[in-house]
Amino acid sequence: MSNAVSPSSSFWKKNQQKLAPWLFLAPGMLMFVIYVLVPIFQSIWISFHDWDGLGEQVWIGFDNYVELLDDDTFYVALKNNLIWLVLYLLSIPAGLAAALFLNQTVTGIRLYKSLFFFPFVISQVVVGLMFTWFYAPDFGLFSKLTEWLTGEQIAVLADERFVTYGIIVAGLWPQTAYCMILYLTGLNNINPEQVEAARMDGAKGVKLLWNIILPQLGPATFIAMVVTVIGSLRSFDLVSVMTAGGPYGSSQVLSYFMYEQALSEYGFRMGYGAAIAVVLFLIMMIFISLFIVRMLRQERNA
Amino acid sequence: MFPTPIEKASRFVQTGYKILLPVALFLWLLPLIGVAITSVRPAGDLAAGNYFGIPSAFAGVENYTAVFRDSPIGWYILNSFKVTIPTVIGAVALSCLTGFALAVYRFKSNLVLFFLFVAGNFIPFQILMVPVRDMTLRAGLYDTTMGLVLFHVAFQTGFCTLFMRNFIKGLPFALIESARVEGVSEWRIFRHIVLPLMRPAIAALSVLVFTFVWNDYFWATVLVQGQHAMPVTAGLYSLNGQWVAAWHLVSAGSIVAALPPVAMFFLMQRHFIAGLTLGATKG
Repeated sequence: MSNAVSPSSSFWKKNQQKLAPWLFLAPGMLMFVIYVLVPIFQSIWISFHDWDGLGEQVWIGFDNYVELLDDDTFYVALKNNLIWLVLYLLSIPAGLAAALFLNQTVTGIRLYKSLFFFPFVISQVVVGLMFTWFYAPDFGLFSKLTEWLTGEQIAVLADERFVTYGIIVAGLWPQTAYCMILYLTGLNNINPEQVEAARMDGAKGVKLLWNIILPQLGPATFIAMVVTVIGSLRSFDLVSVMTAGGPYGSSQVLSYFMYEQALSEYGFRMGYGAAIAVVLFLIMMIFISLFIVRMLRQERNA
Repeated sequence: MFPTPIEKASRFVQTGYKILLPVALFLWLLPLIGVAITSVRPAGDLAAGNYFGIPSAFAGVENYTAVFRDSPIGWYILNSFKVTIPTVIGAVALSCLTGFALAVYRFKSNLVLFFLFVAGNFIPFQILMVPVRDMTLRAGLYDTTMGLVLFHVAFQTGFCTLFMRNFIKGLPFALIESARVEGVSEWRIFRHIVLPLMRPAIAALSVLVFTFVWNDYFWATVLVQGQHAMPVTAGLYSLNGQWVAAWHLVSAGSIVAALPPVAMFFLMQRHFIAGLTLGATKG
């Protein structure tokens, strides 16, 4: 270091520790603010307008929301979102079961684990196409199976009674794989002494699982809950690919309903779409806040 | 170990387990196997109603050639790479910086900023759709791969920051402190001390972001309209509309579209799983 320090560099030296984090944060924050934070508020603002995406935005107050409350499709979508949420949670116990099944050390088990994980790596568009084909009437494997079992074909994706469940099953496939991998990692890190000790005391099977193993799998379960709940409310790809919300809107979910209203072929209704997005956002914020509160608590304890 | 290691069980159970494994795997991957077989099935089989039987001949070469020759799927794949690779580089680079800032420095709004990134990562895409689309249009980036890249970089930075920050927190802080005592500048600490240690995190994030962005479908339909910028997820869906009932082509196309992330997963398996299960062990 030279002795003749210019005033600016001595300022830098004194405040380096204070300024450095902001300089490191600046580029990432900038992108995040522009593309994520600001658009949230813009969407809320747009939801109070009538707007086709091109012309003037016309302020209409709460009209979009009032219209939403009168829209039958909105209630169908809400109900389906709830079904998605509840049934999607099945991927957690299913993933745990798969993980317990695979948590052995026989030859080739690593390859088995990877192959079981496969569905998660594949795009949901491909998963959707696979299941569409699986459910296809006349020749689909599933239709054949139902015909053989009940003597009657069920065209799942064309049947208002079953369509949402059919799509959820397709979604459960990759989601279960995801939960499985979380639990496999969790099981890997279980304290073996504690398990041994419990075994000595005569605990085994379900009792051992419930009292000793599951509490240690807490962090894995928490993450599985987070990704599953968020995933269920984000369900868009499968609905879009498999049914586009049909038949007659019976498999609508909020995420697809919003997209359809905002960018539909019948004209762009950006304001109405934004209002639907705000509702979905508020529902998800409930869960996000719960997760954040818990993570914050962990952070404070750490 | 839980459940009880199978080696301790009777011979009968052991053999049963070894038989059950491939059977379970077969059933689990049945949809995938079905598609893989269909992709090598001659078109005649489908016309004759042979959908699930053994293919009458191996038509893999014809089907895959047809997919590449008669559809722009090769172009779609190229677009996907044009979106995915810059996004991986951008998001990982930005989050190395943000993660470092949030892990190493103590300042008032540190936790608030951190949780802002975490929360941003969980919000529904739909709340961003209208403004981001509008912004991309105004910037003249609608229908370009660049428009997709910019959005993906920004959005993935949330997840990547969470990841990087937690990773750097796990590094020995004494290393940084002793460098500070020596008078090493903050940038050089980052560049020469922390960054070399972040290699596993960078690898893990790269494969994860690659997969997430490759598989993105929503933004590919919102920010792109024409063929020239369309990634393979959206492209495959539009091809599906054209290939009505040509399931052998749809299947071959699906396999082609799924291959890059699958290859990535197999090549970088350990990193992939390490990234995905972050936080599943401690807490």
